[in-house]
Amino acid sequence: MSMQALFGQLLVGLINGSFYAMLSLGLAIIFGLLGITNIAQGAFYMLGGFTTWMLFRWAGIGYFWALLLVPVIVGLVGAAIEKTLLRRVYNLDHMYGLLLTFGIMMFIQGMFVYFFATAGRPYAVPPELGGAYNLGFMFLPKYRGWVVLASVVFCFATWFAIEKTSLGRTLRAATENPTLTRAFGVNVPGLMTVGFGIGVALAGAAGVLAAPIYPVSPLMGADLIIVVFAVVVVGGMGSILGSIVTSMMLGLLEGLTKVVYPQGSNMVIFVIMFVVLLIRPAGLFGRER
Amino acid sequence: MTDASVSSPVLAVENVAGHYADSHILHGVSMHVSPGEVVTIVGRNGAGKTTLLRAIMGILTKRSGSIKVFDKETIAFAPERIARLGVGYVPEERGIYATLDVTENLMLPPKVAEGGMSVEQIYQLFPNLRERRKSPGTRLSGGEQQMLAIARVLRTGAKLLLLDEPTEGLAPVIVQQIGATIELMKKQGLTLVLVEQNFRFAARLADRHYVMENGRIVDAIERSQVTARMDAIKSYLGI
Ligand SMILES: Nc1ncnc2c1ncn2[C@@H]1O[C@H](COP(=O)(O)OP(=O)(O)OP(=O)(O)O)[C@@H](O)[C@H]1O
Ligand SMILES: [Mg+2]
Repeated sequence: MSMQALFGQLLVGLINGSFYAMLSLGLAIIFGLLGITNIAQGAFYMLGGFTTWMLFRWAGIGYFWALLLVPVIVGLVGAAIEKTLLRRVYNLDHMYGLLLTFGIMMFIQGMFVYFFATAGRPYAVPPELGGAYNLGFMFLPKYRGWVVLASVVFCFATWFAIEKTSLGRTLRAATENPTLTRAFGVNVPGLMTVGFGIGVALAGAAGVLAAPIYPVSPLMGADLIIVVFAVVVVGGMGSILGSIVTSMMLGLLEGLTKVVYPQGSNMVIFVIMFVVLLIRPAGLFGRER
Repeated sequence: MTDASVSSPVLAVENVAGHYADSHILHGVSMHVSPGEVVTIVGRNGAGKTTLLRAIMGILTKRSGSIKVFDKETIAFAPERIARLGVGYVPEERGIYATLDVTENLMLPPKVAEGGMSVEQIYQLFPNLRERRKSPGTRLSGGEQQMLAIARVLRTGAKLLLLDEPTEGLAPVIVQQIGATIELMKKQGLTLVLVEQNFRFAARLADRHYVMENGRIVDAIERSQVTARMDAIKSYLGI
């Protein structure tokens, strides 16, 4: 096995980890604030990828504009869904939220399958990010490096917004004690709409980053979300930093497994999930309830 | 301006009923508080004092009757709208956020009116809090948490404050400090509704005491009547 192959797979792992991180970070925010396990997160990722493709195909709007616009569009779609649908299940058992978001996922995916069929659509790497760097021990395609960098920036910006800004302070307070936070004059229902929008916007942004790597298809989020949920189980629901760290770790581990035991690479995260569930059911960074 | 509008109450509770799920807790409660007054609600454990404050705040969602805050009918308002009329709430459980440090706890409630204290003034009033400003809220001692809970509403400019047992379980010297703070608030012209078990403490501060029993206000005792009616008070409170 060559060093080239090893680093190549680690890079793939890091990229997968980046996608896991953005999706599970969004999930953590949504779960914390709304108490809803958003199964539709993968569908919002797909929506991000597809919107990127449509913006280019139908409006000639390129990659970098898409990176700016698509999270906003996906976030607004999410906010509308929160206001019209999710709102109705907050006072019910958690299971209703799970089932509702499952239905939303099926609906979004179904619509895209209906109109676009399941074939993947290619999206060109933007010319500014074409080519590769020769790092000596490996070739690093510029775009792949960009994906890792961009997702780190997205995750860090989100973490910073939550931990260091007044909006984040209010968000944390509303997550911890929504009733009291309302009694201080904070519009918590409005904040929940914003929180859900931000959570799915992260998935949408991941969809933009993915478009030039994976073919854009209505089912691109369906496979990913299964792995992301395993990552969330390992990391523990609700911890922001925990979801980022766990995602990157598991992405790398998956890449490493591809080198040493390729047959096991699709399974390794689930094996780890199994072990973590046995030893620490609340997850590595989760708190026991 | 007529005489009536001058003394128009800051808080007017009229025939309020309140429920938790299936249990009917408040039965036709009426009370009123004029500008600048300090009014206490006293009564035995389980009388419904906390529930009444929660009803005024809009946290108790099953409520009926009339609650006017600064002359606005709030019975159908969500808590955030009531707070924004200029009401500050210091809950019985103190409600300090564990995921926020002391300064963040202090800064959390949005300003609801002009004239609140600055953070610097608050830290002068509670030097302990300044020392602990980077600690997570729930690492504070009980007394520090109570000071923080009070300090938190002083910043917002709220003119009507609801305090639920601010001295519960605290050492005498801290009770004294909180008493001094309440006197200061009164001097600043704030209007206070104080739920208190410690009657000696309450008697020093209050203009009027409402006695609550089984979800009803059964008596109202003016400051001037306290000495004369001490026996009745003792029997109400079982002390
Ligand atoms: N969340 C709740 N659900 C159902 N019943 C409740 C709830 N909270 C309080 N109660 C009941 O409502 C009644 C009044 O309680 P409340 O807390 O208002 O009393 P209190 O006068 O504040 O008592 P204390 O002096 O002990 O604080 C009690 O009988 C209590 O058991
Ligand atoms: Mg009480």
